[in-house]
Amino acid sequence: MEFSIYDFSSFTAWIDQSLRASMSPGLAVAIEMLIIGVVILIFYAIVGLFLVYAERKVCALMQNRLGPNRVGPGGIFQTIADLVKLLFVELVPIKNADKILFSLAPYIVIIASFMAMGALPFAKGLHAIDLNIGVFYLMAVSSMGVVGVLLAGWASNNKYSLIGAMRSGAQIVSYELSVGMSLVTIVVLAGTMQLSEIVQAQQYGWFIFRGHIPALIAFVIFIVASTAETNRGPFDLAEAESELTAGFHTEYSGIRFAFFFLAEYINMFIVAAIATTVFFGGWMPFNVYGWEGFNKVMNLIPPFIWFLGKTGALIFLIMWFKWTFPRLRIDQLLTLEWKYFLPINIINVLIMALIVLLGWHW
Amino acid sequence: MEVKEKKVGLENEEYIINMGPQHPSTHGVLRLVVALKGEIVQRVEPHIGYIHRGIEKMCENLTYQQIIHLTDRMDYLSAHINNEAVCLAVENALEIEVPERVKYIRTIMSELTRIQSHQLFWATFGMDLGGLTCFFYGLRDREKILDIFEESCGGRMIVSYNTPGGLMNDIHPNFQNRVKEFLKYFRGVIHEYDDLLTGNVIFQERSKGMGVMTLEQAIAWGLTGPTGRASGFSCDIRKHNPYSAYDKVTFREILYTEGDVFHRYLARMEEMRESMNIIDQLIDNIPEGPYTAKMKPVIKLPEGEYFQSVETARGELGVYIVSDGNKNPFRVKFRSPNFVNLAPLNLMASGSKIADLVAIGGSLDLIIPDIDR
Repeated sequence: MEFSIYDFSSFTAWIDQSLRASMSPGLAVAIEMLIIGVVILIFYAIVGLFLVYAERKVCALMQNRLGPNRVGPGGIFQTIADLVKLLFVELVPIKNADKILFSLAPYIVIIASFMAMGALPFAKGLHAIDLNIGVFYLMAVSSMGVVGVLLAGWASNNKYSLIGAMRSGAQIVSYELSVGMSLVTIVVLAGTMQLSEIVQAQQYGWFIFRGHIPALIAFVIFIVASTAETNRGPFDLAEAESELTAGFHTEYSGIRFAFFFLAEYINMFIVAAIATTVFFGGWMPFNVYGWEGFNKVMNLIPPFIWFLGKTGALIFLIMWFKWTFPRLRIDQLLTLEWKYFLPINIINVLIMALIVLLGWHW
Repeated sequence: MEVKEKKVGLENEEYIINMGPQHPSTHGVLRLVVALKGEIVQRVEPHIGYIHRGIEKMCENLTYQQIIHLTDRMDYLSAHINNEAVCLAVENALEIEVPERVKYIRTIMSELTRIQSHQLFWATFGMDLGGLTCFFYGLRDREKILDIFEESCGGRMIVSYNTPGGLMNDIHPNFQNRVKEFLKYFRGVIHEYDDLLTGNVIFQERSKGMGVMTLEQAIAWGLTGPTGRASGFSCDIRKHNPYSAYDKVTFREILYTEGDVFHRYLARMEEMRESMNIIDQLIDNIPEGPYTAKMKPVIKLPEGEYFQSVETARGELGVYIVSDGNKNPFRVKFRSPNFVNLAPLNLMASGSKIADLVAIGGSLDLIIPDIDR
């Protein structure tokens, strides 16, 4: 078996063949699913912990301070220590709360983000499931999280939580449209919804460069709308600390709170990963036509490093505007979506369709 | 069989929430009972008294020197100016002329107090609106003023530097240099405040036209300080009834006519700059001399009623002392700016959103211990 960090398809094929050789096909598939599940779960936890740490460091950078620096070198074990603390925190029972829905809500939020993780192409061949409607699937599962948020707000029997959930419902339902439309713009350009093909189509130029101005507009709208969808500042109205104490998760404690907290960061990762895949060529290296030497060096960097690097850069962007902007008000938020983003988006899709029809893109 | 009738909420029923006494945006223990209809605030009812310590009553059993220390605990961000108010009242009653040096130092200290108070306002106001970074920038610069206080007064926030007749002790030899250093530093960084918040589109959208108080309303409700001046009410005690060394300096009274959240904010930003100008004019000219007038160890005010008002960072603080000739005052009343500024909250906030209520509350720059006293 030959193994290369540039192409994982031979590696995964080897695992598949050796499993099938020793057991029945049904069992082999079951074991493969288990392996993938465990791998994604581990990756999920690592990304979650790392992003919480990264957010603290980025926020400290923005705020002229050091951030965590006590537990471990540079404070890298701080989030693990916090997680251990959260595990031991009592799950406070809430009076008059709807117990089933109350405990179900964090799981829905976390499952939604977990499902989206499975469809992301991390590198060539490193792709749990390559659906032919990948973009559509990601949009569908990423909007499932709102159900958890609504449940959390409703079941907590807390007035602040209910207001938070109400806001979150209005916000996510609205911004879902913008996220969808901006992705559709690129789907029109790519001519496919399959994520692996979208990445493959960007081999000779990322869509953000190839798609002229419409792709750029789509990207800006996507990054703003998806920040709103993941409930992050300046769109964190659902948990608006200074208004609603903690919004929908006011009553949650311990590991249930940790689930909400983790899901927020994973959602940020997923959003950045989708943007990377769709606009920035996924795991494709940065190549410039004609610069042979430059391209060679770029191609030496393994694809998953490219993927994580681009995703990391976008996550930094999202964190950047969280820590520098004040929060919007609910009516301004909805005005922004329905009066500006949606019309711009619709026209943008039409322009993109025209460009594709006339073959103006390169 | 009895049929249980389920009570269905009326469509117009109000949704009452208790903001506070423990809430991130009330800056203390203010409790606002807010009646909501959806996101819209129908009415706001402030409930006060959670940190009532009976300061006015306590004053009746304390000597005039001791009262100073209680005034620190009212508006703790204008501690120095509160001290000054009582000292001035006592000095006027006894008809003592304090040395020029004391007047200059008091004025400089008052203006430093004003700057640090407005810095904290900026920090927390940004946080109220969701801009968390402001908090750290504001506190970073405020720390430098607190260090100056610490050097000369011993205390950082609760300074108790004034005493009837003068000051507790002389300024630190470093004082002038430190202040000049600070002014140079702060002039260099104050543009960061504007970059981070004032110029931000989201911030302007959220604060312009919110919680408007017209000039008539502002006068009718007795709003003072930057809150009143943003509505065009010329109410600066430093200008109209100068005390200490304010008659020796030239400065601008910041006046706007809009009276909304944004202009209350702007008024404070401009006041910081004006305060720096005032300090500039005084810092090099502090006259030599004693740091306190000769006072008897036991102060007894002649029988009568005395009133003195000063301009704190939040508005007009009035001290009203009734004396029966004893070493303790017979009755003391403080006219605190925050109590008066809180009153029209319902007027300003009803009809706006919850988020606006937080912004309006923030723009009043309330200090709850000063309301309850």
